[in-house]
Amino acid sequence: MSAGLKPSRQWLITLPSLAWLVVFFVIPAILVILTAFRPTDLQGGVGAGWTLETLREVQDPAYLPILWRTLWLGGLTTLVCLALALPMAFQMARVGERMRQVLLLLIVIPFLSNFLIRIFAWKSLLHPEGPLTKLLIGLHLIPENAILLNHVGTVLLVLVYTQLPFAILPLYAAAEKFDFGLLDAARDLGAGPWRAFAKVFIPGVGRGIISAAVMVFVCCLGQYVIPQMVGGASDEMLGNKIAQRVFSDRNLPHASALAGGLMLAVLVPMLVVAFWQRFGRKEAA
Amino acid sequence: METCRFPSNTASFLPHPLFAGYCTDSTPCMDDFLVIDHVTKSFGAQRAVDDVSLAVAQGEAFSLLGPSGCGKTTLLRMIAGFERPDRGRILVGGQDITGLPPELRPVNTVFQNYALFPHLSVWENVAFGLRMSRRPREEIRSGVDRMLELVRLSEHARKRPAQLSGGQRQRVAIARALVNRPQVLLLDEPLAALDLKLRQHMLMELNTIHEQVGTTFIYVTHDQGEAMSLSDRIAVMNAGKVEQVDSPENLYETPRTSFVATFIGDANFFTGVVVELQHEGYVWVMIDGLGSPLVLGNGPVSSNQTLRLMVRPEKISLTLKRPPSGERVNAFPGIVEDIAYFGSHTRYRIRAGEHSVLAQLQRSRFSGGDIDPQRGAEVWMSFHPDEGRVVRLEAQP
Repeated sequence: MSAGLKPSRQWLITLPSLAWLVVFFVIPAILVILTAFRPTDLQGGVGAGWTLETLREVQDPAYLPILWRTLWLGGLTTLVCLALALPMAFQMARVGERMRQVLLLLIVIPFLSNFLIRIFAWKSLLHPEGPLTKLLIGLHLIPENAILLNHVGTVLLVLVYTQLPFAILPLYAAAEKFDFGLLDAARDLGAGPWRAFAKVFIPGVGRGIISAAVMVFVCCLGQYVIPQMVGGASDEMLGNKIAQRVFSDRNLPHASALAGGLMLAVLVPMLVVAFWQRFGRKEAA
Repeated sequence: METCRFPSNTASFLPHPLFAGYCTDSTPCMDDFLVIDHVTKSFGAQRAVDDVSLAVAQGEAFSLLGPSGCGKTTLLRMIAGFERPDRGRILVGGQDITGLPPELRPVNTVFQNYALFPHLSVWENVAFGLRMSRRPREEIRSGVDRMLELVRLSEHARKRPAQLSGGQRQRVAIARALVNRPQVLLLDEPLAALDLKLRQHMLMELNTIHEQVGTTFIYVTHDQGEAMSLSDRIAVMNAGKVEQVDSPENLYETPRTSFVATFIGDANFFTGVVVELQHEGYVWVMIDGLGSPLVLGNGPVSSNQTLRLMVRPEKISLTLKRPPSGERVNAFPGIVEDIAYFGSHTRYRIRAGEHSVLAQLQRSRFSGGDIDPQRGAEVWMSFHPDEGRVVRLEAQP
C-alpha cells in the first residue's frame, strides 16, 4: 500500500484521521470531564473556579438502580443479540454468493430510514390500538387489557432490534474467515452437530464475538431515546438522566460528571479488550 | 517418472494374490472388513462415483488412486460420513454404516490440510475425540500421552498447531485420529502438503505407524509413487469407476487397461491385429510400420482381433547390431531421435516409421547399457515376449 514510504514514516498516513479524532473526540471528551469540576451558575452555564461539589452530588444513591438497569439492559441486549447473530453469521458464511448478497442487503436496509422514525414505527406497532396488540389479543395470546408499550421488556425488544446488525456484521466478518473443514474434523472425532458448533465454531469466531459484544454493549449504555419513547416512567437509563440534567435542569457540570463517568466505564473495558486482543494475537503468531 | 519404492509392510497381512483371487470386486466375501457395495453418488448431472464395489481386509493398507475428479475423494467422504451415497451400502466389520452420521462411525480421518483446531494445544487436539466420547480423565491422559509418543511429539504437547512445521502438524492429525482406535483410518492426500524431502521421510513413517497399530488404512492420493510405496493393494479410479484393483506389482507389470498403464509409470502403446495364435497363450501381433512381435495374450484372444499392446520403456533393450534372432524374437530397427540423461538411467526416444518409442537404459555393462548411441544413430530395440502386455482396447485418452 505505502510502497513509497519508509516504514518509519508510515504512521503519517494515519495523520488526517488522527487529527480528526483529536480535534473532535479527544479534546471535547477532556472538556466534558473538566466541566464536571466546575461550579454551576444561575443562568444554566458554567461558572468560574474549580469545585468537587458535583462529584459528591452524583454519588446520590438514587442513581444506583438506574445504573444497575443500564448495565443489565445492556448486558441482556448483548446476550440476546449474540444468540440471534451467531446462527445468522454461521449461515451467511455458508450460503452461496448470491444469497449472501441478499442477506447483507436485508441487514443494511433498515439503516436507510432514520433511527427516530424506526422507533416511532415500533411505538405505533405496539400501541394499544396498534396492529400487533390487536392481533395478539385477537389470537388470545395476551389478555384483553394488556399494554405492550411502556414496559422494560419493550425497551429490551427495541434495543435488540436496533443493535442486532452491529452484532451480525462483525460476527459475519469472523465467520467468513472460519475454516468450515474444522467442523467436519470435529464431527469425524465424535462431536454431534451442536457440540461441533459450540466447541469449534464459537472459539473459532471468538474475536468476532468480542467485537460484536463490545459494539452492542457500549451502544446500549448511551441509549436514552429508546427508553424514553417505548419505556415506562420507571424504565429510565443513565442516558435519560444525562439528557434531563442538560435540557431540563440546565446543570452542565452534573451532566458532565455522569457522562464522563459513563465514558470511562466504556473506555476502560474497551482498552482492556484491545490490549487482550493484541496480546492474544502475538501469542497465536 | 521416478518411483521410490520402500518395502511395503506385507508381514501384517495375508498374501494378496490369494486374497485377490478369492474376493472379486463384485462379490465381497466374509473376511472383508470394509465393504463398498455398489455405491453411486451424483452431484447434479455428474456421476462422481459410479457403481463402485470394493472390499478391503482388516489391517490392510489400501489406496484409492486416480487423477483429480476421478471420484476418490467423494468415495472417501462417503466412508467418513460427510456424503450420503445415492445408492449402495458401506459396511465396516459387517455393520452397515451407510445411514450413520460421521460422529457415530468407527472411522476417523486425517484431512488433507490436517484441519487441526487452531485454538487448542497439540495435546488438546489429540484429546478432542476422547473428550467427545466422555472417557474418564485418566484414560484420556494416558491415551493422549501414548499417541504423542507414537508420533514422537511429546515435547511439543503444549504448543499450538500454528507453531509446528508441516510434518509435525501431520503427525498431530494422525495421532488425533488414531487415539480413538478407529476400525478404519482414512488419509486424504496425506503427503500432498509436504515438500519432497519430508514426503519421502513421512512415507516410511506412515508405513511404520501402520505396522505398529495394525489398523486398516485407506489412502486417497493422485500420486502413483505414494500409492505404490504405501499400500498393499491399490484401486485405480477413473471417471467415477474403478479400473483395476491389484497389488502395486501387478498394476505395474500387468495393467488391465491403457489408463492404468499410463497412470502408473510410463508406457509405449501399439495398436495391432492378431495374426497367429501360438501355444501357451502367446500370439503374434501385426503392428503397421513396425513389425510383428510375439507377446503374451493376457486373456482369450482370437485371430484378426484388434488389440493394444503395451511395453514399459525399461523393458526395451537397445543394441547397435541386430540381436541374434533365436535369442530375441521381438527386435525392430529405429533411429535415435532424442536423448535425456537422468543419472540413474538414460531415456531414448526412438523413431521407427510412424511410431515414436520410449526406451530407458541403465548405464551398467550387464544390462546392455554399455552402448552409447548418439542422436541419429540406428539402433535395434528388443523386448521379451512376456514383457509385451495386451491391454483392453479403449478410446485413446
